[in-house]
Amino acid sequence: MNLLDVKGLSVEFHGDEGHHQVVRDVSFSVPENKCVALVGESGSGKTVISRAVMGILPAKSRITAGQILFRDNRKNGEQIDIAKLPPAGPAMRAIRGDQIAMIFQEPMVSLSPLHTIGDQISEAAKLHRFVGSKEAQELTKDMLRLVHFPEPERAIRAYPFELSGGLRQRALIAMAMICRPTLLIADEPTTALDVTIQAEILKLIKEVQAELNMTLLMITHDFGVVTNMADEVVVVYNGEVMEKGSVEDLFLTPQHPYLKALLNAVPSLSMEPDERLVPIRPIKPRTHHSDLQPQPVGKTHAFRGTALIELEGVCKNFTFKNLRGKKRRGMTTALDNVSLTVRRGECLGIVGESGSGKTTASLAMLRAFPLTRGKISYTTEDGPRDIQGFSEKELFQYRKKAQIIFQDPFSSLNPRRTLNEILQEPLVIHRMGDSLSQGARIRELIDLVGLSPRYLRRYPHSFSGGQRQRIGIARALALNPEFLICDEPTSALDVSVQAQILNLLKDLKDELGLTYVFVSHNLAVVDYISDRVAVMCKGKVVEVGPTRQIIDNPIHPYTRALLKAVPEPSLDHKLDFSSLAGTASSDPTQWPSPYRMRYTTVPYLVEIETDHWVCAPGMESMRDIVGLGGSHI
Amino acid sequence: MLNYILRRLLVMIPTLAAISFLIFFIIELPEGDYISNQISMLRSTGESASIGRLEFLRKEFALDRPFVERYGIWVGLWPGPNGFDGLIQGNWGWSFEYDQPVGEVVGPTLPLTVALNLATVLFIYCVAFPIGIYSATHQYSVGDYTFTLIGYLGLATPNFLLALVLMYLANSWFGLTVGGIMEEHYIGEPMSGGKVLSIVAHLIVPVIVIGTSGTAAMIRRLRANLLDEIYKQYVTTARSKGMRESKLLVKYPLRVALNPFIADIGNLIPSLVSGSVIVSVVLNLPTVGPVLLGALQSQDQFLAGFILLFVSILTLIGMLVSDVLLGYLDPRIRLGKEGARQ
Repeated sequence: MNLLDVKGLSVEFHGDEGHHQVVRDVSFSVPENKCVALVGESGSGKTVISRAVMGILPAKSRITAGQILFRDNRKNGEQIDIAKLPPAGPAMRAIRGDQIAMIFQEPMVSLSPLHTIGDQISEAAKLHRFVGSKEAQELTKDMLRLVHFPEPERAIRAYPFELSGGLRQRALIAMAMICRPTLLIADEPTTALDVTIQAEILKLIKEVQAELNMTLLMITHDFGVVTNMADEVVVVYNGEVMEKGSVEDLFLTPQHPYLKALLNAVPSLSMEPDERLVPIRPIKPRTHHSDLQPQPVGKTHAFRGTALIELEGVCKNFTFKNLRGKKRRGMTTALDNVSLTVRRGECLGIVGESGSGKTTASLAMLRAFPLTRGKISYTTEDGPRDIQGFSEKELFQYRKKAQIIFQDPFSSLNPRRTLNEILQEPLVIHRMGDSLSQGARIRELIDLVGLSPRYLRRYPHSFSGGQRQRIGIARALALNPEFLICDEPTSALDVSVQAQILNLLKDLKDELGLTYVFVSHNLAVVDYISDRVAVMCKGKVVEVGPTRQIIDNPIHPYTRALLKAVPEPSLDHKLDFSSLAGTASSDPTQWPSPYRMRYTTVPYLVEIETDHWVCAPGMESMRDIVGLGGSHI
Repeated sequence: MLNYILRRLLVMIPTLAAISFLIFFIIELPEGDYISNQISMLRSTGESASIGRLEFLRKEFALDRPFVERYGIWVGLWPGPNGFDGLIQGNWGWSFEYDQPVGEVVGPTLPLTVALNLATVLFIYCVAFPIGIYSATHQYSVGDYTFTLIGYLGLATPNFLLALVLMYLANSWFGLTVGGIMEEHYIGEPMSGGKVLSIVAHLIVPVIVIGTSGTAAMIRRLRANLLDEIYKQYVTTARSKGMRESKLLVKYPLRVALNPFIADIGNLIPSLVSGSVIVSVVLNLPTVGPVLLGALQSQDQFLAGFILLFVSILTLIGMLVSDVLLGYLDPRIRLGKEGARQ
């Protein structure tokens, strides 16, 4: 029995340049108590379809054709055509929030900052169940308990800004559930979350679905989420359905070339070491120019594999200050005795959840702030130098050697500068060449990242996310740096574009002899691009080693929890929801011995295999255990 | 919260001290004072008979002392000719021009000034809010464009011109007397129903005149603020619960869009007092504005100083009120300290 039947749905946006069909003749059905996933890249129209079902399309769009038939189980299975109902009218409002509910993508902005969680969750119950505030409060607490919210009694009086992203998403789920809807639409419910929290939220949605007999329509671009959640899949591209069917059929025997291409573009942990991603729209970097020759890798002082940057016992504390700038007692340890080596010519991946200190560690290498303790040395031609001891002039020279690619390609480019000005600025600051040679250099850079010189006079807003990230890369390369910090460069991009950027970074590294520090929360991405990985948690390096060894033979409980939580885009490696460790895995005081760390414990790294180090302070006193080998500990 | 208000009230004391010093300093910047001006005027006309009395007044009000002493005497921190007798002791000073204590000059105008300002603020909020909300929710509609046009006209028209036009219309259509605050025969009479009605009727024109530009500005700002909020994700979340549009609008985006307006209460008061001077002169309204203007022109320093200080106090209180309200209405501000600790 189908709960929802979408037949020949077309949606049109009317903007300043006339009408634009964003959804064309889309048909699919959602069977009762099943999970259907709508999959596609951003701009494919998948979100628009879900909004049409909810009757909350943006003001500038309208349904031009088709039916959205929703079977109302509370009225003996009578079919209602949502497409015909006025979106703000009483009939649609009665369905919305009561029978069909929605979880949104960004928990950080989906809740009003001025109202308590309890107020916002109970609202739907008051609207549709006509309950008093007392009863609504009880219902709210029940729902918060259902989503495993800690301390529901207190939580109903909490404001969203007091909660973490994961908790906000739980609150949003509770909000959608409160009227026990028959159809739940989840629009990228875990995209903005860390992997471990993502796994928990997915588990939670599955649990609640079973408990409340719900039907699920899931919108996502993540095939890992699809294989773990969906029964049926609808692939959308450019507003049209490309392929649909059961998840088994689609993953084992994809028919449509688009789906095949999309599947090839996703990095996964089970890839072969030399396997290359195939982007949907590949770009070719052109590096035939004269002054873009590889770094002098062969010279005696600089051969591949020697230490380029070394962090020794680096600590960084951040102190909270109140409005008058006086120090308060509050303090967080962003980096706790971090010791790492970045080797020349390698890509070191730094993995961890948000707040793990991975970005802080990489910024420390750029001397973005003074350290609390420790030393960072950079190998120059005259041997290693402490970058803390650089003079103004030396630091200026160091800036040429070390560059950064930022996470958000949208806010890291000045919207009031043209592409030409953006790329020229580093050259002007460092007084490299006259305007003629600078122009030539800019053209080379544009070529290098596969953009066309025709774009030079455009402003950033006319570029897509992937193009902007390529501009960011070109800007970082402008000064011919020795090493690059890549701070989650693909986390804001679609999978297909992600593959393109990752391949570009890979090629550039090989051809220009660059060294990367690649910061990411996505293990599959790090696995694809990195030679070695450092796993960080709460400001500490918990495990460091060659990528394959870390992935295949994780030792530390945190690394294991992290790997276990990654949803793999294949049907053979489904997430084991029952064995998820929950939040305990990221609490150093709850790790089993010998990994447990109290607040005063100093991190202590033990070499388990060749080059594979694990933080196990408990082993400092009982080194003989190391002889037992990795997997038993 | 109580603690916070107490602390803020304590902070107001040094603020007021600094403001009073600045006011006194600026008023005394021009050469001479009221009495020395009078003396030189009398000398130039050859009448030197009353110069002696003026010299006496100069001594009496300690105008011959050094600047810092004069300031101390005015505030009441320095013994004057009559001992400690300044603002702190409740002596608001002497107006030379009116030849009366400042309290008696300003006293009758204060209630009207406050009433007029309050009425204007209310008018601005009552008119601007519905229109601003309409303009934001019906962006680029005919109504939006119409209100925008009227708003720009309101901003661009000089107040006194509007005052003259409205005064003429009020007289020819409703038979209201031109200028003044009430029908002439009520002046000096005890308060009565008829007198109140007369005052209210006479307040309408000034309130509209003074409030027009403020209303226009506020409509534009509310529209912009609301437009920023209306398309935010949390509004869609609320809509997906099945809320009625009107209820939703008031509960979520409007509430967020309100903050700048609450923060503005403190700034409104001085601008209303100083902004209504010309209108008050044109409409012959006995508010503080024209008195202040006259006092500044004739260097009637104690009168001017007192009025300026009074406006400053109003501003400080307005700031306090808006801060307290903001803290009450916006949990992010109220709980900000705890939030930062996490």
